[in-house]
Amino acid sequence: MQDHHIASAFDRDLEGVQAQIMKMGGLVEEAIRLSAQSLETRDEELAEKVRADDKAIDGLEIIINEGAARIIALRAPTAIDLRLILTVIKISANLERIGDYAKNMAKRTSVLSQMPPVNDSAGGIRRMAQTVETMLKDALDAYIQRDAELAADIIARDEDVDQMYNALFREFLTFMMEDPRNITSCMHLHFIAKNVERMGDHVTSIAEQVVYLVTGEHPDEIRTKADTTSSMLKA
Amino acid sequence: MTDISSSPAAAPKRKPRQSLLTQDARTAKRNRAETRFKLYGIAAIAIGLLMLAILLVTIVSRGTGAFQQTFITLDVPLLEAKLDKNGNRNLAEIKKVSTFGYAPLMATAMEQKVAEMGFQTPLTPKEMAQMLSKDSPATLRNFVLENPDAIGTTVSFELLTNSRVDGYIKGRVTRDSIANDKNINVEQIDLVDALYGDGSLEKRFNLAFITGADASDARPEAAGIGVAMIGSLFMMLVVLALALPIGVAASIYLEEFAPKNWITDIIEVNISNLAAVPSIVFGILGLAVFINYMHLPNSAPLVGGLVLTLMTLPTIIISTRASLKSVPPSIRDAALGVGASKMQSVFHHVLPLAAPGILTGTIIGLAQALGETAPLLLIGMVGFIASNPPDSIASGLLDPNSAMPAQIYEWAKRADPAFYERAWGGIIILLVFLITMNAIAVMLRRRFERRW
Amino acid sequence: MKDSALLEMDVTTKDIKIAARDVQVYYGDTHAIKDVSVDIEDKTVTALIGPSGCGKSTFLRCINRMNDTIDVCRVSGDIRIDGEDIYDRKVDPVQLRAKVGMVFQKPNPFPKSIYDNVAYGPRIHGLARNKAELDEIVERALKRGAIWNEVKDRLNAPGTGLSGGQQQRLCIARAVATEPEVLLMDEPCSALDPIATAQVEELIDELRRDYSVVIVTHSMQQAARVSQRTAFFHLGNLVEFGETDKIFTSPEDPRTESYITGRIG
Repeated sequence: MQDHHIASAFDRDLEGVQAQIMKMGGLVEEAIRLSAQSLETRDEELAEKVRADDKAIDGLEIIINEGAARIIALRAPTAIDLRLILTVIKISANLERIGDYAKNMAKRTSVLSQMPPVNDSAGGIRRMAQTVETMLKDALDAYIQRDAELAADIIARDEDVDQMYNALFREFLTFMMEDPRNITSCMHLHFIAKNVERMGDHVTSIAEQVVYLVTGEHPDEIRTKADTTSSMLKA
Repeated sequence: MTDISSSPAAAPKRKPRQSLLTQDARTAKRNRAETRFKLYGIAAIAIGLLMLAILLVTIVSRGTGAFQQTFITLDVPLLEAKLDKNGNRNLAEIKKVSTFGYAPLMATAMEQKVAEMGFQTPLTPKEMAQMLSKDSPATLRNFVLENPDAIGTTVSFELLTNSRVDGYIKGRVTRDSIANDKNINVEQIDLVDALYGDGSLEKRFNLAFITGADASDARPEAAGIGVAMIGSLFMMLVVLALALPIGVAASIYLEEFAPKNWITDIIEVNISNLAAVPSIVFGILGLAVFINYMHLPNSAPLVGGLVLTLMTLPTIIISTRASLKSVPPSIRDAALGVGASKMQSVFHHVLPLAAPGILTGTIIGLAQALGETAPLLLIGMVGFIASNPPDSIASGLLDPNSAMPAQIYEWAKRADPAFYERAWGGIIILLVFLITMNAIAVMLRRRFERRW
Repeated sequence: MKDSALLEMDVTTKDIKIAARDVQVYYGDTHAIKDVSVDIEDKTVTALIGPSGCGKSTFLRCINRMNDTIDVCRVSGDIRIDGEDIYDRKVDPVQLRAKVGMVFQKPNPFPKSIYDNVAYGPRIHGLARNKAELDEIVERALKRGAIWNEVKDRLNAPGTGLSGGQQQRLCIARAVATEPEVLLMDEPCSALDPIATAQVEELIDELRRDYSVVIVTHSMQQAARVSQRTAFFHLGNLVEFGETDKIFTSPEDPRTESYITGRIG
């Protein structure tokens, strides 16, 4: 199959929208990295920057949606073009949620930096965030390369993120039981860890979308839900 | 990528913008050439119209004379002594008196007339009666046979004068031209003048020209084209009855049913060629086949009709094919799609739509056939002096007769200028027929043309 | 999930109405249709799509043997309607065409009255014994053609005096008047404006309850809207045949995808 449509304007429209997605992805990757960094280094200014930058991410989501709606109205895309547009819309929604979680992290960082640090939990969170950031980068690469195998791999890696979150959850419970003065910071840290775990879920959703784009079918196996905290009785 | 996206290396230099309100040299030259061409066209049409005008003026001026004839009003005593000696009013006996017996009656009548006018003339009554047409005794006799009771009375008749008198009244014959003429002399001319002044002699519309039969050389004044018209009519009926069904059927077969192979191609080419064959060839064909081989009666309108059928068939076939071709194939497809057979689609749908064209083609073909002379020459329909109109369809077809163009040709051949005038008159009648038929064709086409 | 599947008509398996096997069509020396095999279901709309000259109209015209009217056209292979080979010597094409109706690209009503347009088919096939029955047939056909209300007061008006969309619906009414089992439509909306097109498409959707409809169309959107099964033809071959939604969301053959997304054509 040729890569180009007979109507070159159609190609330009699609390229435009996909460029926006890549831009948005880059912004979101940076947001994850910076928010984790600000948490670790207790840098309030950086946290503030992350919160401000979220506006750009939200703005891009609106632009992408409008672009996608325009393509649907004007070009009536079918088959792979249709799947592409649906993918673009879903990826942008997922990216926007990831960006929101990063902003939320940064908000709590400002609060946390005023309290004494709790062990190395920030490091654990940073490591989780790094994994998620790598997953996101790979997901976007898989999208651009139309690589379904890479996307399947990402879906599998979400299990690691979930395991990391489980460990952190137990750690926070332990800290809170040890010293009640840690409860406030641990609660915040917990929410942050939860956010990162949710980010991982959204990245997985992006990867599933890429599989649908390439193969035309939704990934068969139900995503392994390794997060067992909802049924945890005690640490 | 398509080539549309490739951009030119550099934009071409633009000429300074020229106003649309001024004509550039090329446009002006072209306009002049087109105006010249239009003028040529107009000139050509003007020449054509001029020729047409000359033709019409000539025909009308020369031919109208034939529709008028000089008559003399005469009171003729129908003497019983001459006509019915025994006084029995017995038709069989009266019939025995031939036209010779009536001649003296007319001499007597003339003598009386002249005496009434008080005109002095050295002519004898017999010489006076010479002024009348040689047809007149027959007219009297026919009247008496139809009205035997009129014997013994004096009846006023309007009798034809002879062609010299007629020519004098019409200006063909002058006192100078009759110097060597045996049929008329100066005294008779004087008498004519006197009668004309008296009002007994006058030029009137002559219906007999249109309805009457042809006449011998001696009596051009009595010649009429009526019988020839009937001959033409019967021929046209034969042509219509044969050429139309055969032509249309052949055309439908060739157009709709025949397989497209080389045999059909040859047939089609030959039909077009036949349309261009000189008509006299058909005459020879008719002579050889219908008269010599089939022994059909000579000079019969049936034979003439058959020959003209052969001539008209190619025209009808060609025009029918054109009409059939002009029916859009979507109609045929629609009919077939609904489950009509080929024949049903042709007869229920194609033919009604093609009918106006077929009709027009037929009428034009008939009009052409009406005016054909050459083929009729060879089968003997020229100048046959048909004195009686046919009394039945069978005799109409099989009795020898003439046709209008042939009759005109025959008259033009004869020496007497009176016949010459009649030839022009015949041409006028023929033209009237042709114009009428063409007008009917146009009207039918307009009325029945349907849009699809 | 199960319940919603039962509600939809399409999921139930339908009988095969037209079965084609290894059909070849030659126009003179040109091999126009190559090895086409397809099963067309009853009570379903099947769309034939493909670029110009791919053979879809040719294949359509094989089903009612309209190709017989073209001298240089030769058809070989097997085409069966209800199991009977329609190219069998014993089959009269005229009789076949009463069973397989056709609607053409350009509306072509006969230049007769509306009544006569619809009544012509039933008349020549002897479907009515008297005028009353014929009136009934005409009314039923015009109703099924979704044009009865617009013309019931002027059945004697000429068929050619209607608007384009009305004429096409009249042609559809004419086609269904002979009670066919299959309805073939060759680009029926290409000469119509969008509103008339929508009306005809709505009509096709209703017609599929009673007939097997095969429609050739240049507009992929129309094929997507109107049909349940789609066949994609390319250079005389049947490239892909399947459910319409699958073909338009994830077709299997790359040629199909290229055509549908506008990359070739």
